[in-house]
Amino acid sequence: MRIEADRQACTSSGMCALTAPDWFDQDEADGRVLVTEPEAPDGEPAVTAAAELCPAGVIALR
Amino acid sequence: MSDAEVLPYGMPYERQTRYDPPAALLELQDRPIRPIRYYPDGVEGWLVTGHAAGRKVLADPRFVTGERFTRSPTELPHVFVSITDQVPPGFFLFFDPPEHTRLRRKVTGVFTVKRMKELEPRVADIVDERIAALRAAGPGADLVREFALPVPSLVICEMLGVPYADRAAFQGNSANMLDLSLSVEDRNKAMAEIFGYLIDLVPAKRANPGDDMVSAFAADPDLHDVEAAGMALILLVAGHETTANMLALGTMTLLEHPAQLERLRAEPGLMPGAVEELLRYLTVAHNGVMRIAKEDAEIDGHRITAGQHVTVALHAANRDPGRYERPDALDLGRDAQGHMAFGHGVHQCVGQQLARVEMRIGFAKLLEAFPGLRLAVPSDQIPMRSDMAVYGVHTLPVEW
Ligand code: HEM
Ligand code: SF4
Repeated sequence: MRIEADRQACTSSGMCALTAPDWFDQDEADGRVLVTEPEAPDGEPAVTAAAELCPAGVIALR
Repeated sequence: MSDAEVLPYGMPYERQTRYDPPAALLELQDRPIRPIRYYPDGVEGWLVTGHAAGRKVLADPRFVTGERFTRSPTELPHVFVSITDQVPPGFFLFFDPPEHTRLRRKVTGVFTVKRMKELEPRVADIVDERIAALRAAGPGADLVREFALPVPSLVICEMLGVPYADRAAFQGNSANMLDLSLSVEDRNKAMAEIFGYLIDLVPAKRANPGDDMVSAFAADPDLHDVEAAGMALILLVAGHETTANMLALGTMTLLEHPAQLERLRAEPGLMPGAVEELLRYLTVAHNGVMRIAKEDAEIDGHRITAGQHVTVALHAANRDPGRYERPDALDLGRDAQGHMAFGHGVHQCVGQQLARVEMRIGFAKLLEAFPGLRLAVPSDQIPMRSDMAVYGVHTLPVEW
């Protein structure tokens, strides 16, 4: 599956980088999400959890 | 809802046990969101006890914090109420996007998962120093005073660049700000005092900058001095009472659940998950978080009208049986992910990754240093922080 994140609406909680560090990191300047690896195996639990945990609801998996 | 229905007055807050939310509150879980009457005048608002409904409200931009909160879900004025007659500039919890976004993004770079990982050795040093102080104070010492309060307080002071030696100027006032048993006037006075101290600190830092957050605020052309002080104020206040209470109440909880404690001692790898479970189980922000509907909004078929107050009872949401199996059991091995102890939506706790590091290191080192740690008085003699904005214990005498 492909990972997309809306950086405009990201609230820099760090939940994605904490939960799925192989796919997400945070911008050094303001903590906003960086998708470091946009492809993940379908249903990958860490990525699915990150999308579900994101407090701003900005991580989309397609 | 029929007109004849008598609305419950307020959010129940009297606890029957030390660890569980009020029984009367948990009884209201049969409906995840319901109308209630608010104090002091009985005006109708909403109470959310369900996990999914709470997430919906807090993620919805129609529910805001930038309006004036005039009512409370309990007889004690909610912590949001007292502060809002004079919202300090920069105190970004009480701003909505886009202003909230502008301010919050000035600090979030400092609290990333990576930056907090880099801070671990420094947190570990501070924890070691406070463990030495606790040991030196001898059996019977108060763990709150020697350990739980100083650890997060030292860390946030260092990050902000607030001299810890000046703590007398803010520690008592910070406690008073969150003491719901004091009058709103006294709480506002306490806030004004810390604020005044920080307003003076900003130009001092500009003149003599260090590698710290207040110096960075002072140098930021986009922030005026009072705004810079307001940002420091929220970080200082939110950054130490909360974690302090998790450390102290969390320690007491572990001591009173010996089987769980044994498990954690035997399997230190459980710590990250154990911290999430303690956050869920204890939910120290036990007054819930409030929002005001900026426009009419429908949530789960309920029509919330513009101007109404909505309280999300985080402690009830974290015990939602629809979200967690056996929600009232402390189970350090469970997957507590998705708990709402840090809130949800754009205001979700800025300091959560710091708090996680402080708790993981704090509990691990405390348990390691004191294999025989126990309460020095019977647990029913421990004074609980029932009427404080942040739940916990006032003191925790321990021996080893
Ligand atoms: C275990 C410890 C902590 C708990 C349980 C906690 C809880 C919370 C909760 C529930 C909120 C959301 C309030 C709302 O939505 O109305 C919040 C926001 C906030 N917290 Fe924490 N917190 C903790 C530690 C910290 C620390 C260590 C810091 C700072 C260093 C901090 C700074 C803040 C700030 C600045 C906000 C406002 C965020 C915003 O409005 O965007 N907190 N916290
Ligand atoms: S979890 Fe969501 S809000 Fe938090 S940093 Fe990641 S994308 Fe941003």
